Amino acid sequence: MLLIRAFDQYAGQARRDGKLRGSVHSYVGEEAIATGVCGNLRRTDYISSYHRGHGHCLAKGADPGAMMKELYGRAGGVCGGKGGSMHVADFSLGILGANGVVADGVTIAVGAAQAVKLRGEERAVVAFFGDGAMNRGPMLEALNWARVFDLPVLFVCEDNLYSDRTRTGSVTGGPGIVARASAFGIPAETIDGNDLVAVERAASRLIRQVQEGHGPSFLHATTYRWHGHLALDQGLYRDPDELARWKTLDPLPRAAAWLTTRGIPASALDEDQAVAAARIAQAVAAAESAPWPEPLMLFKDVQDVGAPS
Amino acid sequence: MTVMTYAQAALTALRQEMERDATVWVLGEDLGPEGGVAGQYLGLQQRFGRQRIVDTPISESTIMGAAIGAAICGTRPVVELRYADFAICAADEIVNQAAKIRYMLGGQVRVPAVIRQPMGLRDGMAAQHSQSTEAWWIHVPGLVVVAPATPADNHALLKAAIRCDDPVVYMEHKELWTVAGEVDEAAGPAELGRARTARAGTDITLVTWSSMVSVCLAAAQKLAAAGCNAEVIDLRTLWPWDRAAVFASVAKTGRLLVAHQAVRAAGFGAEIVAEAAEHLFDKLKTPPRRLAAPRVPVPFAEPLEALCRVADDDIVAAALEMTR
Repeated sequence: MLLIRAFDQYAGQARRDGKLRGSVHSYVGEEAIATGVCGNLRRTDYISSYHRGHGHCLAKGADPGAMMKELYGRAGGVCGGKGGSMHVADFSLGILGANGVVADGVTIAVGAAQAVKLRGEERAVVAFFGDGAMNRGPMLEALNWARVFDLPVLFVCEDNLYSDRTRTGSVTGGPGIVARASAFGIPAETIDGNDLVAVERAASRLIRQVQEGHGPSFLHATTYRWHGHLALDQGLYRDPDELARWKTLDPLPRAAAWLTTRGIPASALDEDQAVAAARIAQAVAAAESAPWPEPLMLFKDVQDVGAPS
Repeated sequence: MTVMTYAQAALTALRQEMERDATVWVLGEDLGPEGGVAGQYLGLQQRFGRQRIVDTPISESTIMGAAIGAAICGTRPVVELRYADFAICAADEIVNQAAKIRYMLGGQVRVPAVIRQPMGLRDGMAAQHSQSTEAWWIHVPGLVVVAPATPADNHALLKAAIRCDDPVVYMEHKELWTVAGEVDEAAGPAELGRARTARAGTDITLVTWSSMVSVCLAAAQKLAAAGCNAEVIDLRTLWPWDRAAVFASVAKTGRLLVAHQAVRAAGFGAEIVAEAAEHLFDKLKTPPRRLAAPRVPVPFAEPLEALCRVADDDIVAAALEMTR
């Protein structure tokens, strides 16, 4: 959680400072969800993610150094510098990729689950997506699909209230996200996505169900993004009081408070925070000094048959 | 050699590949009970079960998206989209995901999926069930595009597409489903990217594919009677296309005429003619030409639909003008 916070605080600022190019979607404020969910996954389990995907990858174990190089577009990035922030992935860790098209990662996730079933494997699949995805056709198709084929998927909707710059409630009909999932016959529940313990407990139970072959489940996690949709979006369409209120619900101090009740001293957390900051500083230094991809990489990995030359 | 239809040839190839490789599976609408729109899946669900021949909801985005997810997780899905026109409903998944995932992710994974989308005019199906969209897919880096013209090729090319590690847009032609021909069932996969000289000739090169191959062969017979010896090249694979074969033929004949059923404007014929003009200018005896559909939606009324077809007589007339 601390690592995700440090990574995305840096990435957002670096984009605003012009050190990074392209789209950077900050996960700051939402860290408890990825952390609580991925903490329950095995290395072999799959996740699919979306444009706000740094947190999911880090929580699934991706190397922050290789991720930072990817954000800088450098050789040694998780995708060799050819994907960037919106396409971070690491197949060796079951990370099927962040994705630049809303809800597309969800259809990919149900297909991954279909492959798991076909091959007789014991893997769970988690699809992360935002509230905005709930209004896309492929999302609704995929919910139906997962139910019809009884697939081992946990859908995790990170509801930060905004579809890009539009308040999701203002463009969404019906009684809400959980009702939509339930309408497809998928058990669905809402939790406080800023409460790490609540996320962890719900995810633990639901992922076990998925792994045991009980079919799909849906977790609706309420949360809030501290920054705009993109690093360069100042979020001026939001009420400042709204942001201030959600900052009082910051998942980090809440998790810290819980840990304190379990006998973990605040000094240990300060130490962890310092370690996270140091890892990010190291990742940034390595990324800034890493070479660009070789020009010939332009033509690599397009396709085998009919490759460019 | 066995005589079978174009649909049966594909069925045979798919059955053989599914027997050979347990990771090959199929998803699409109406595959089970009646074996697809042309019987090209007949009996496969009974043989391989509902887990490998999967009848899906009418959800093209997820048919394609799920195929991609399954392809990057160790299986080889064959997607049936029924009509090229409906593949447009899954265009996002084909273009933004299937074609790009390998590249975007720095080569971590490949997408070995076959995307079957039968195309072309057939029996008054009108504007939304008749399109030839091959040029759309050829334009997308990452995709292989295949358009078989004969039963033998629908057998050997489908095998090749299934074994290919790239996403392959596989465009059968609806008018060819019932056409019969000799197929060597024991034949292995064809080589993708290799054209076939359907008829050897010396005076003009006719480049074509899919259902237009038989039209060009009919035109070549008429041309022969008029003293013009046409060479007919069936491209078979549209991306990559066999430039070497086309260039060798055009260098020999000095004349190039491309015929296709898709709309002429920005059709694939434009690319072939442009490449020939750039690289073989000094070999060309006449300006290269294209024969294709006008840039109109396909109309329903039979006489109007017929105006969207390139007929053998159109080819004969153009070829005679070019060789005069």
